[in-house]
Amino acid sequence: MKFNSDKTVALMMLLPSLILIGIFVYGFIGQTVYVSLTDWGQGAALAENPEINLIGLKNYGELFSGFLNSRFRQDLVNAIFYTVFLVSGALGIGLILAILLDRGPKGESVFRTIFLYPMSLSFIVTGTIWRWLLAPRGGVNKLPELVGLPGFGFRWLNSRRSILNFNWQNLPQITAIVVGGVFLFIAFRQWRRGLKNKGLFSLIPTGILFLWAFWGARFTPEILPTPEQHGFNLAAIGIIITAIWQYSGYTMALYLAGLRGISEDLREAARLDGANQFQYYFNVAIPILKPMTMSAIIILAHISLKMFALIFAMTGPDNAQTSHPAVLMYLTTFRANNFAKGAAIAVVLFLLVAVFIVPYLISAYRERRA
Amino acid sequence: MLNRKTIILAVISILVVGLLGTSLSVAATSHEDELSGELEIFSWWAGDEGPALQALIDLYEEKYPDVEVINATVTGGSGVNAKAVLKTRMLGGNPPDSFQVHAGQELIGTWVTADRMEDLTFLFKEEGWMDAFPDELIDLISTEEGIWSVPITIHRSNVMWYIPDNLDEWGIEVPNSWDEFLEIAPELEENGVTPLALGQNWTVNHLWESVALDVLGPDKWEALWEGELAFNSEEGVAVWEKLDEIMEYVNDDYSSLSWQQATDLVVEGDAAFNVMGDWAAGYMDTTLELEPKEGFGWAASPGTEGEFMLLSDSFGLPKGAPNRENTIAFLKLLGSKEGSDTFNPLKGSISPRLDSDLSKYSVYSQSAAEDFSSDRLVGSLAHGAVANEGFMNAFADVMEIFLDSRDPERAANAAQAIAKQNGIQ
Repeated sequence: MKFNSDKTVALMMLLPSLILIGIFVYGFIGQTVYVSLTDWGQGAALAENPEINLIGLKNYGELFSGFLNSRFRQDLVNAIFYTVFLVSGALGIGLILAILLDRGPKGESVFRTIFLYPMSLSFIVTGTIWRWLLAPRGGVNKLPELVGLPGFGFRWLNSRRSILNFNWQNLPQITAIVVGGVFLFIAFRQWRRGLKNKGLFSLIPTGILFLWAFWGARFTPEILPTPEQHGFNLAAIGIIITAIWQYSGYTMALYLAGLRGISEDLREAARLDGANQFQYYFNVAIPILKPMTMSAIIILAHISLKMFALIFAMTGPDNAQTSHPAVLMYLTTFRANNFAKGAAIAVVLFLLVAVFIVPYLISAYRERRA
Repeated sequence: MLNRKTIILAVISILVVGLLGTSLSVAATSHEDELSGELEIFSWWAGDEGPALQALIDLYEEKYPDVEVINATVTGGSGVNAKAVLKTRMLGGNPPDSFQVHAGQELIGTWVTADRMEDLTFLFKEEGWMDAFPDELIDLISTEEGIWSVPITIHRSNVMWYIPDNLDEWGIEVPNSWDEFLEIAPELEENGVTPLALGQNWTVNHLWESVALDVLGPDKWEALWEGELAFNSEEGVAVWEKLDEIMEYVNDDYSSLSWQQATDLVVEGDAAFNVMGDWAAGYMDTTLELEPKEGFGWAASPGTEGEFMLLSDSFGLPKGAPNRENTIAFLKLLGSKEGSDTFNPLKGSISPRLDSDLSKYSVYSQSAAEDFSSDRLVGSLAHGAVANEGFMNAFADVMEIFLDSRDPERAANAAQAIAKQNGIQ
């Protein structure tokens, strides 16, 4: 490759931001990973020259299987539920709102503003408002009393009930069954495509995983000394409602732009072919909106994995029922001075976000090259 | 190249001003009344407590008119945000001149072990504070190596609040022990009254320490923190068992109520009692405008009569404070009778000094000051006196484990494990 002046200029232009991003983004990601492999946080953690030793993956081990870190595991389960419900809720409601507005009702622009407005609020503001609305003795719970009915008794933010419980000790088996199931699915698809040899090959890991999960697991040591139940805490419902309220306007805007971008010809064609409104949206519009759905999923998923302010404002730092790894990371680092473990939690969150972002980036890159 | 010149000029002028500033403060060291330069005080006293701090700053500025006081506050109850900001500043080598910290292990466990604080023993001897403050308090703020901060406030943790008229109406007396409370509680509940009002997680920790002081007594309470009594010993488990019984009689929406809302339950007659620190007196007296003694009443939490569980806000001297002499003058003012009696009546706390002028204080504070001078003093867990930050943070999780499982044995074992992990046991 030859350097011409054009390229040199371009490189010079990019260099400052490359250096800054290199230091302040990737450098600090590296620093965090390094800290998470140390024991920084014992005793004189805040000394001018603290004694820091490398201890390998011990912090991660403790987070996932230490007796004292059950809160982290519950938080992780919470984070996954937050993600699933926020993404599906905001997508569903946003789509419905977009379709309603797409039909051009009177005062469309007013509704559009109303629906989009919550997104412009910060999580702290929304959290504070909804904390009042969902207060056990006021707000939503008092609504039925206005018309003479008995008030709701539901504990939106402080119920101690949980559903969909599972024992953390069974997590390896559950993971093995899920992964085995994926391999089984792959095998099935390859077999249908006529690739019988490849299909059989995919069955081998399935077999091993299932065999271990259903029979071999009893010979491997438990990851926890005692059973530990985790599940979906009903107290999280209040927070999920709030997050959906805030972000469904955003998905509505995305979808509405997409719907407006579909050419009138297509709609006409669908109508000529005898499709009714429902069939038009379901079979024509929604498949066209796939790119919007993808980017909405990415954005919502990474928001829900970074959800800190909303929880902090609504239920406070110590409410383990509704807590989130991001909250725990803050407390572990800045309240308990356990910098290494805080960094380990940060890395786990980072990897979770990467699970969503990286495939998206790869596919976006491929599309652009093609 | 005008631009470059301007920049260089700016850099030089900054340097000159900076040097001038330091040389001035060095020059001022010999004459105390000629202090000048700056003094940055870091605290979480905004909002209701702002005026009290301002009064103290005004007093300081009156004495040292040439010092510019920078009042750096970061809001957030119990300093939840301020502490994080302070840590990043200290780690970044930019300490404030003095910062607010809960006296005791919250300071010692974090900053003294990190060798970031100066020993203040000389100040205590010079100013005669060894006699002005009670011995138990000095013990709480010292290690074998020195005394680490100047206490400015005293609050009491083990207080039970009630409305006298309501108790008369229901025909009950203030219980003298938790067992007595458990006897009258079922009847209250039958009448539709919540026996004990409770708030979010930290107020449960607060309740726990009052219960523990009753079950263990002051000697074993102290033994717990000196590592002589295990958290999962028979007595340790008994505390959790007692708490478990008491939890049957609290409002079921506690985890989303603030402490004020829990107090409101008592004031509105929905609940009979509430255990909270004595900042609740300020809330009922000033905010709700209830008459002390007639409008609201108080007693030591059940079974802790004659024991005073204290917490204290204090200020220390960080190593490398930019304006050391100004800070020492500030600390002297904090520990003085004048400074203490200026600040505390406005803040609603009492003075850590035994010779304060009680006529300046509220009715509640006068009674608290009397108890403070005669009672057995012990430190609070929930407010930083007896355990380091690592333990306190983990204890909040232990409490959640307990509230979820309601298993005293399990909670006691978890408490013991975190005590080991944080160097207490």
